Amino acid sequence: MNIVLLVKQVPDTTEMKIDKVTGTLIRTGVPTIINPDDLAAVEEALILKEKYDARITIVTMGPPQAEEMLREILGRGADEAYLLSDARFAGADTWATSTTLAAFLKTLPYDLILAGRQAIDGDTAQVGPQTAEKLHILQVTYVEEIIKLENGRMIVKKAYETFSEILEVPLPCLLTTLNTMNQPRGMNVYDAWRAYQKPLTKITFDDLDLPLSQVGLKGSPTQVKKTFTRTIQAGSLNENLSSRDAAKLIASTLKAYME
Amino acid sequence: MVTKDIYVFAQQTDSVFENVVFELLSEARKLCDTIRSSRPDFNVVAVLLGHHVKASANALFEHGADQVIVCDHKSLAHYSTEKYTDVVSRIITTYHPDSLLIGATVVGRDLAPRIAARVDTGLTADATKIEIDPTGEHPTQLWITRPAFGGNLFGTIVCPNHRPQMSTIRPNVLDSDFFQHGRTGEIIEFGFEDETETLVKFLQRIPKEEHGVNIAKARIIFSGGRGMSGHFDLLEECARSVGGVVAASRGAVDMGEAPKDVQVGQTGKTVRPTLYIACGISGAVQHTAGMDKSEYIIAINKDPQAAIFSVATLGIVGDALEILPHLAEEIRKLQQHSES
Ligand SMILES: Cc1cc2nc3c(=O)[nH]c(=O)nc-3n(C[C@H](O)[C@H](O)[C@H](O)COP(=O)(O)OP(=O)(O)OC[C@H]3O[C@@H](n4cnc5c(N)ncnc54)[C@H](O)[C@@H]3O)c2cc1C
Ligand SMILES: Cc1cc2nc3c(=O)[nH]c(=O)nc-3n(C[C@H](O)[C@H](O)[C@H](O)COP(=O)(O)OP(=O)(O)OC[C@H]3O[C@@H](n4cnc5c(N)ncnc54)[C@H](O)[C@@H]3O)c2cc1C
Repeated sequence: MNIVLLVKQVPDTTEMKIDKVTGTLIRTGVPTIINPDDLAAVEEALILKEKYDARITIVTMGPPQAEEMLREILGRGADEAYLLSDARFAGADTWATSTTLAAFLKTLPYDLILAGRQAIDGDTAQVGPQTAEKLHILQVTYVEEIIKLENGRMIVKKAYETFSEILEVPLPCLLTTLNTMNQPRGMNVYDAWRAYQKPLTKITFDDLDLPLSQVGLKGSPTQVKKTFTRTIQAGSLNENLSSRDAAKLIASTLKAYME
Repeated sequence: MVTKDIYVFAQQTDSVFENVVFELLSEARKLCDTIRSSRPDFNVVAVLLGHHVKASANALFEHGADQVIVCDHKSLAHYSTEKYTDVVSRIITTYHPDSLLIGATVVGRDLAPRIAARVDTGLTADATKIEIDPTGEHPTQLWITRPAFGGNLFGTIVCPNHRPQMSTIRPNVLDSDFFQHGRTGEIIEFGFEDETETLVKFLQRIPKEEHGVNIAKARIIFSGGRGMSGHFDLLEECARSVGGVVAASRGAVDMGEAPKDVQVGQTGKTVRPTLYIACGISGAVQHTAGMDKSEYIIAINKDPQAAIFSVATLGIVGDALEILPHLAEEIRKLQQHSES
């Protein structure tokens, strides 16, 4: 079985700070990580590899430094990696991102494609389903458990707001995974070493069968008109109240909201 | 190609609509009424897919739709990515809507990207605000604002050259204030002659562990963070006495203080009560993303620098473990007062 993993390197958004003067995000010095939902997909792929003898190929579109992340995932047990990196891909929205990824995926053998449900930077959760659509394959999103693979069909558990569903989906298909589905295994020194023994191939725009009008910023139907950070207007802050006076103050507000 | 109308996807289960459908209809109604000053032909159109659902179209008219496109077919009885993508995409290529709004539910976020990729248009994700081009240059161009980077950054997204302009919109953020009893409109039936089975097979539905409270519907929420660990009973007592419920930050949920389904925030629920009382919660953006639309926010935290104070209407610097027992007593006094 051939498993392809779509992975994205993201800034650790919990470490992000806002510049109080300019009101912009401070990105320098923020560590980059494997997107948490994707790390769950990596772990699932490794479990499938152990059970069904799969070959794992990882694919990312991103800047050259995304190579670090690919090496790490090779170290964890993936077999082969592709880095789609080209200035012409930059600024892509999810339509252009999935169009580019799909154009490359068409050149690979795959039975199962795993993507994270959502990347913690762009936060759209759109690249998985849009890649599946561009490849004309089935999808199940919000997968919280891969139960088994049987006769070319995946049995999975999908999370909804207030319930879950068990679904059966024939291969080839694309699943998007939730970071809560497993506990990724740790890495050791040997893993770090073997990461460099495995093939990592760089792909540019010229390697793909795509018109320039469909990639990057220019190929994107959506445009980011402006960005801003939350303008904060705090209410009254009460320091140095005794516990009893604080309780009285809260109760006086609460009163208006009681039935 | 001239496009017109604002379409709203009317997500339903057994003819019961998701509340976000009414939120979107109210919003579409406002946008449409503004657009009509330059494009009087614009309507709000609801798109209703399902089986035996036609009768429920009335609710869509009452909440703001001028027209309802109904596609009634047995293979649409349950949501299926394949079938729903097919039908909605065909509705788009038949009628050429100018925009299409879909609730950012699990179903909406499964369906919308698939449709946008099929009809080759732009899709804004999980938006919290929609407005018409404030520069006045393009009277039908939507400016759609959404949080990204875990709520640290907001982006305003436009889709200038492709139609429909698509967006998923986060539930519980917009008002569902439009309602006219008995309001009617036109039903358009959309044919679907598909007899094939869905390839993804539904095997079983499993209810999530029920904890009895739905925090998304509560009016008063006492919410606890790691600063309340070991003392959630204090929150329970206050909440119970005022008819409220207890919710929690992820910090507290991860420590096992409260079940996952009362977690507020980016990976929990978005709540919008009239009163939200945050106790021992630091106010990480992933938390505040789920509660900052509350009407009135009270925060109690030991740390005067805590970020929660930046969203609080009333901030109290102090020890919640000491304040809450006093608060319970004050509430009792208030209740005795109103009884006598
Ligand atoms: C503030 C802001 C707002 C934005 N809003 C929108 C918007 O509303 N609509 C829109 O279309 N674009 C939007 N974008 C652009 C969008 O962030 C990029 O297209 C991004 O490359 C992909 O989206 P995502 O990060 O949301 O990924 P998601 O769709 O959330 O990612 C889901 C999964 O897809 C896979 N994946 C995603 N990206 C890659 C990749 N480069 N390589 C390999 N696998 C990948 C991973 O498995 C990932 O877990 C916005 C960008 C910014 C800065
Ligand atoms: C991808 C992602 C998604 C996330 N999603 C969510 C989410 O949905 N919801 C969510 O809540 N978090 C979420 N988080 C986690 C979030 O970043 C924070 O870590 C979390 O909200 C912190 O919880 P807390 O405020 O309870 O704990 P802490 O940050 O530890 O804060 C505890 C606070 O209690 C105060 N305190 C301690 N003792 C007392 C006392 N006796 N009286 C008064 N104050 C006291 C302290 O001063 C401190 O401010 C997410 C994180 C990530 C990376």
